[in-house]
Amino acid sequence: MNSVEYYKEHYQELQSRGEKNGLTSIRENAFNTFTKLGIPNAKHEEWKYTRIGGLFNKEYKFSINANISLSTDDIKAFRLPGHEQANELFFINGLFSSTLSKIISKELVALPLEEAAINEYKEIVATHLGHSSNYLKDGINALNTAFVNGGLFVHLSKGKITEHPVYIYNITDARSENIFSQPRSLIHVGENAQVQLIETYATLGDSESFTNQVMEIAVEENALVEYYKIQNDATHANQVSTTHIRQVGKSYVHTVTVSLDGGIVRNNLNIILDAERCEAHLYGLYFQKGKSHIDNHTVVDNVKPNCFSNELYKGVMNDEASGVFNGKIFVQQLAQKTNAYQSNKNVLLSDNASVNTKPQLEIFADDVKCSHGCTVGQLDEDALFYLQSRGISEKTAHSLLVRAFATDILEHVKPAPIKAYIEKLIAERL
Amino acid sequence: MPTETFKREKKDSLNEISTIEKTVLSDYKYGFVTDIESDEAPVGINEDIVRFISAKKNEPEWMLDWRLKAYRQWCKMSGDEPKWANLKYPPINYQDIIYYSAPKQKIKPNNLDEIDPELRKTFEKLGISLNEQKRLTGVAVDAVIDSISIGTSFKEQLAELGIIFCSMSEAIQEHPDLVRKYLSTVVPVTDNYFAALNAAVFSDGSFCYIPKGVRCPMELSTYFRINAENTGQFERTLIVADEGSYVSYLEGCTAPMRDENQLHAAVVELIAMENAEIKYSTVQNWYPGDKNGVGGIYNFVTKRGICQGANSKISWTQVETGSAITWKYPSVILKGDNSVGEFYSVAVTNNYQQADTGTKMQHLGKNTKSRIVSKGISAGFSNNSYRGLVHVSRKANNARNFSQCDSLLLGDKCGAHTFPYIEVRNKSALVEHEATTSKIGEDQIFYCNQRGIDTETAVALIVNGFAKEVMNQLPMEFAVEAQKLLAISLEGSVG
Repeated sequence: MNSVEYYKEHYQELQSRGEKNGLTSIRENAFNTFTKLGIPNAKHEEWKYTRIGGLFNKEYKFSINANISLSTDDIKAFRLPGHEQANELFFINGLFSSTLSKIISKELVALPLEEAAINEYKEIVATHLGHSSNYLKDGINALNTAFVNGGLFVHLSKGKITEHPVYIYNITDARSENIFSQPRSLIHVGENAQVQLIETYATLGDSESFTNQVMEIAVEENALVEYYKIQNDATHANQVSTTHIRQVGKSYVHTVTVSLDGGIVRNNLNIILDAERCEAHLYGLYFQKGKSHIDNHTVVDNVKPNCFSNELYKGVMNDEASGVFNGKIFVQQLAQKTNAYQSNKNVLLSDNASVNTKPQLEIFADDVKCSHGCTVGQLDEDALFYLQSRGISEKTAHSLLVRAFATDILEHVKPAPIKAYIEKLIAERL
Repeated sequence: MPTETFKREKKDSLNEISTIEKTVLSDYKYGFVTDIESDEAPVGINEDIVRFISAKKNEPEWMLDWRLKAYRQWCKMSGDEPKWANLKYPPINYQDIIYYSAPKQKIKPNNLDEIDPELRKTFEKLGISLNEQKRLTGVAVDAVIDSISIGTSFKEQLAELGIIFCSMSEAIQEHPDLVRKYLSTVVPVTDNYFAALNAAVFSDGSFCYIPKGVRCPMELSTYFRINAENTGQFERTLIVADEGSYVSYLEGCTAPMRDENQLHAAVVELIAMENAEIKYSTVQNWYPGDKNGVGGIYNFVTKRGICQGANSKISWTQVETGSAITWKYPSVILKGDNSVGEFYSVAVTNNYQQADTGTKMQHLGKNTKSRIVSKGISAGFSNNSYRGLVHVSRKANNARNFSQCDSLLLGDKCGAHTFPYIEVRNKSALVEHEATTSKIGEDQIFYCNQRGIDTETAVALIVNGFAKEVMNQLPMEFAVEAQKLLAISLEGSVG
């Protein structure tokens, strides 16, 4: 699987279909980059604590054609609460399935990416797809981009406000063999539009899976985007999930990432504040047990002046779990009057758990207010004692404190059914 | 009686030296081709150069072997020069450097009038006395003789207590057992590219040994300043504080050294035994290059201390204002239980200077504590990075760390960066890190202006206030000079 040859074969197959959809050249650039950079190893600064090389030594099935094998019954179990009142978009093994998907908001456009690249939305696709050009710097992102296929395009035009949230499911059908999937999506939120996006991952079957996802969200002037990511997958499901949000006009972005389970999970959340007076909020909670590994890399890039960003990530590590947090704040030379805050707090519950954190600031403008902080510690002994002295058992006191620790993040989950769902998942864990 | 033991040891080691010396000399007969008469090694680096340096310094065979091992290691690493630092500089041609230059008889200026007026102006600003100025610039007057005699009297006083304080080459000759026992135990020759290079070609440095239970009565600084005059660009310092001892060591020179050398790769090793404490202060003010970023020193330094025994303490304090490039991470390995590591730093960069500096705190023992306070000030077109690691290993129960790194930006063309790495493997650890970045408030400047303080002085005042927490850690006589140094480094960065 690790050999470039393997990908080359599939890549040729994809390109030889001769699609004239404007995606061929971006694929080609990406494939050349991937050939050059390969899979990042531990020597790569960004991948110091997360080793994914081993995942590539396994045999996977690589889906190129969308032959949907799942029925609505198969996916029933994965549906998030509140789905009756939500738009639902499904990816099966990395390919967007319009047959399973359900759209109830008229204003919402959701199309296969290939289709959007040649119809009325082709300019939007051309402007925003791969705009980050991150795929030219990162091997794993390049790999996804080289296989842009069966992707999803979501569009909200000017002034449209979706009353119903959009649920995005990434489902891996690993019932018969190991699966390698690469979901790709481009979401364009027009001027004055508003949308709530909720994304989750699920795996069917016991075979191993590896998901290499890239999602790009472009946010126009005065738009408002809420983005929630819930990761509670099987322990044999590994993933690298890149979300790239670009605020091209004065806008508001609110993200919450909740990671509860999985094998090796790596999240890259990049937010580019590419217009004046943008505001971005990033929240994250990772609560790991077993041998799972969670890596949250975030980048807040302040390009234009007068932007505001606030970031808070909290982690609870139990058993032999390992957690990584790497938060970067860039303030470019032009970005005067930036206010950027970042905080990362961790609790270790077990002696075999570990945390590596690196809150990083790179500042090139002088009239800014930036701060970052991070802590690693344990539950407060005094608080535990206080609760016990009032007749609360140690176990209950323990779970009360952990729940309180998580509340800081959960209160930022605005859709009520989703919040209740995450609270339930956490309660089960305590 | 520690003094007696020490004297006996010294005697023994002297005997051993003579035998070793013989071996070295015999080795020289056939193993060596370069003309020994020359004061300078030929340009470039190869095994012969390493042998040449070793022979020049009359070193025993084990020392030569050690150097050669380092050299071979360096060759293996060649092309593997660390690139991770946030620094930009053209590649260094290691074959274009003279690695050994014997302390030649310099042409000494006859009086102060012959000295570069700009240099004298700086001296005046620093408030260095006339005699001191003469000494620093090497003016041949009686004052020099005076200070040498002062140095000698200090040395006698120290010897009475059993403290060994001499140059590294002297230590290799006089105290080979001690040197052999401790050299490269903290910074192995294989540690990194620059440490390997240093081990292969280091010319001199200082060696300091404080015997059991001795509290060094003076700051080991004045003496070093005299001692250091002719040390080469690859220094190697080793300080060993035996059980229950204490020493405060001052490195560097507060006066600007107009040293045109391009590359400095020094190594400093500190070893603190049970209940011992070492306080190491540096004021670094090498030539930073001119206003356009031409010239200046590349300063690649490996500094590391180990708290070997229980209850030991190592404290690093640094004020970095010079060098075109600074690559320096004074670290502490907290091996002994209850040991303490501290790092206090002020780094100032102006014009086109670049600094990537910070620390590493490795918590291995139980109940170990560390504290990091770093203040970065950038002005002009400079870039200032803090890079630090706090590592708590699986067995380091109850480890505690507090880090604070603040940056101050003067101007919108400079950069401030923070790269803190925090790795925790133990649930009882408590680690905190906080950092802020800001500029000098206009209201603060206005307040000063209003009271008749011009903007430049006001900035110096505010910067000194910002750095005060670190300055307070410096020994008194240094603190005063360091404060003035901060003001001088930032000259011309305002308005």
